[in-house]
Amino acid sequence: MTTASARIILICSGKGGVGKTTLTANLGIALARLGERTVVLDADFGLRNLDLLLGLENRIIYTAQEVLAGNCRLEQALVKHKQEPNLSLMPAGNPRMLEWLTPDDMRTVANLVAERADYVLIDCPAGVEQGFKNAAAACQEAIVITTPELSAVRDADRVIGLLNSQGVKPVQLVLNRVRPKMVANQEMLSVDDVTDILALPLLGLVVEDEQVIVSTNRGEPLTLNGNGSPAARAYVNVARRLRGEEVPLIDPSKQRRGLRARLLDKLRKSGTF
Amino acid sequence: MTLFDFIQRLLGREKPSGALAKERLQLVLAHDRSDLNPELLEQMRREILEVVQKYVEIDLEEGDVSLETGDRVTALVANLPIRRARPLVPQGNADATLAAAPDPEGTAAVGAGESLASGPAAPGLSTTEDRDPLEASPIP
Repeated sequence: MTTASARIILICSGKGGVGKTTLTANLGIALARLGERTVVLDADFGLRNLDLLLGLENRIIYTAQEVLAGNCRLEQALVKHKQEPNLSLMPAGNPRMLEWLTPDDMRTVANLVAERADYVLIDCPAGVEQGFKNAAAACQEAIVITTPELSAVRDADRVIGLLNSQGVKPVQLVLNRVRPKMVANQEMLSVDDVTDILALPLLGLVVEDEQVIVSTNRGEPLTLNGNGSPAARAYVNVARRLRGEEVPLIDPSKQRRGLRARLLDKLRKSGTF
Repeated sequence: MTLFDFIQRLLGREKPSGALAKERLQLVLAHDRSDLNPELLEQMRREILEVVQKYVEIDLEEGDVSLETGDRVTALVANLPIRRARPLVPQGNADATLAAAPDPEGTAAVGAGESLASGPAAPGLSTTEDRDPLEASPIP
């Protein structure tokens, strides 16, 4: 097997619905715009959605499955993004077949696309079963994404344990859908709480942003059209940090603290509670 | 947060839910990460207490053996306030005879979670970090 020159990065969370696919799509576009040849690999073939977020749902003809079976060439299965030619999508398979996908298959596919890319981002299925195992086998490093909720953090912890035992390194954290107001009111786990508990380096911090839904509706990731919204800026920063740039992390919950939050802090310090 | 919640909190009656979330998460992760089932943990706790009681007289009311987690490492933490060492000659007061080794089974029913939550009663229990596993803190 050839050694790939690209960085092969798994994007996983354990729990579903915390933003894996959104991160993969936005990070893919952001890296491509920074000049990196990027392939996003949708390992979630049972419930694939990455094509939808990228607006490429009508352009998929072949999948990695056909490439593996020798029914098409690699180029035919790679779907190039219209506005961002540095980015291609590779669906692992279609929802109807593919009981036979194994960790080895995923490794083969990832290494194949890695030969013509700088970054390969694998969008991992939710859960810790076979789909996760397949995807994890193909990666060198990983990004775990979670939200500041009990169940999401607990599931992330489980995934981190599995990645550690497989020797995946480095594993970095993206904290998604942070609500600064709730954190300031101490009605949500803080950024420090989550990083303390999971003990991972923080790669990015994304605040709750309605624009994410709008962009999904349009099939145009936020990072495609400049970085006007807070989430778009956060995704671009993740891409830049991934490339080794020093971009300071700003904890939104520590930025604009309201009078009430500051008052509560003072009271707490003085030992009232 | 409603005004009612705010007043409740101002009066110190209600903890903010964020802190509660962290506490619950740390407890559940300590167990998730260790992969020990509660039955085994209970058995281990009982045996540890038995062994320790062979050497020192411990305060079973305050004593606690539980799992704690930090930095992806789970530690078994025993906080067992020592009344006195066994080999010492009894001082002859009424208390000494009364305090003679209570049945270790008596503590077996205490759940790890509950005893941890009742922390502030025992010295050293209020801090959860920077503690050596298996430390024993004497009663002042």
